[in-house]
Amino acid sequence: MTAGVPSPAPVPGDGVVEARQVVRSFGTTPALRGADLRVGKGEIVAVMGPSGSGKSTLLHCLAGIFKPDRGEVWFEGRRLDQMSEDARSRLRRTAFGFVFQFGQLVPELTSADNVALPLLLNKVGRKKAYKEAGVWLARLGLGDKGGRRSGELSGGEAQRVALARALVIGPRVIFADEPTGSLDSFTGEAVMDLLVDNARAEGTTVVLVTHDARVAAFADREVMVRDGVVTDYQQVGASRSW
Amino acid sequence: MSIPNMLLGLLEREPSHGYELKREYDTYFGRGRPLPFGQVYSTLARLARDELVTPGEVEPGEGPDRKRYRITTAGKEELEGWLATPVEPEPHLQTVLFAKVVLSLMLGRPAERYLGAQRAAHLQRMRELTELRRGARVVDGLLADHAMFHLEADLRWIDLTETRLAQLAEVVAR
Repeated sequence: MTAGVPSPAPVPGDGVVEARQVVRSFGTTPALRGADLRVGKGEIVAVMGPSGSGKSTLLHCLAGIFKPDRGEVWFEGRRLDQMSEDARSRLRRTAFGFVFQFGQLVPELTSADNVALPLLLNKVGRKKAYKEAGVWLARLGLGDKGGRRSGELSGGEAQRVALARALVIGPRVIFADEPTGSLDSFTGEAVMDLLVDNARAEGTTVVLVTHDARVAAFADREVMVRDGVVTDYQQVGASRSW
Repeated sequence: MSIPNMLLGLLEREPSHGYELKREYDTYFGRGRPLPFGQVYSTLARLARDELVTPGEVEPGEGPDRKRYRITTAGKEELEGWLATPVEPEPHLQTVLFAKVVLSLMLGRPAERYLGAQRAAHLQRMRELTELRRGARVVDGLLADHAMFHLEADLRWIDLTETRLAQLAEVVAR
């Protein structure tokens, strides 16, 4: 895409989230050099790549956490990169769920508090918020852990609480950055099972950053990020144009 | 292993006699298991029968092998198809992967894209196995896990090889 030429709006039903020629640097270090990615509704896409390839930066741009230096980020037909910080922040609270590798639970709060928190921030009544939190904790097999603080949970349990917190608002997109990175492979796969099952049941789109092929294998498809550019080798291989 | 395709690759690099092909094959792909002369000539005969190579005129001189073989257009198409098609992901295919990478580099083809397509094929197989494993009986789950670990090992090799392509290209360049 040529810089400065306005892009046509995505066709309805096209990508739910989309990056178009996104460029993002940190100081003088370029992280993304024209990244393109389109993720459809209800699709689970793994973004793979070596350390430092730009895959996490891409996720942060798609989620409106980072603003791209150049290029466009679309969410449901709207330019996310042109929204105000307030509007992006509101979207992150109401439409996006996040699961990261570390440090996402507030340690002073119980599991139920942590899961209810996004609803409380969205002005849902306390009683309803805690009821919903209880439903999601039970759904993720933590019905008896609502009163525990994060320090009293195993790594896998804490990550399931984080997943419940991401799902409780009924997000349209879940952004997961190495969600099993701190877990052993067995526990990690159990978390992935829950993430995929619940996303499919709710029709939630998932953008999953991982360097782990076993985790990526839970997704519907994968793309590779290398040196800040996205390559979809499934399409390259299918076209056999080389 | 696909020896006919590997010989086609060496012939696309340059027309060669059978003994030159054997020497090149043994250098890059033999790894302690040299290709018997008989197999070189029987393979070349089949390739010629299928019109994938053409033997040149018998050249004057000593020795039994005095025909220089040349790859045909059909041979190039056959080779292109083989190189471009990812190998069926299964355990113990490292040798074929390696041969494809080396030949791609020798012939100036995009080895990185080939590896990328192979990675996609591997991940597709891992996806199928992951789906199979979810809710499978323990026996089926463990069998799927066994296959998954082999595929993961291949993927790690693919990742490593991608980072060494420039070095490998120097080694196989003339």
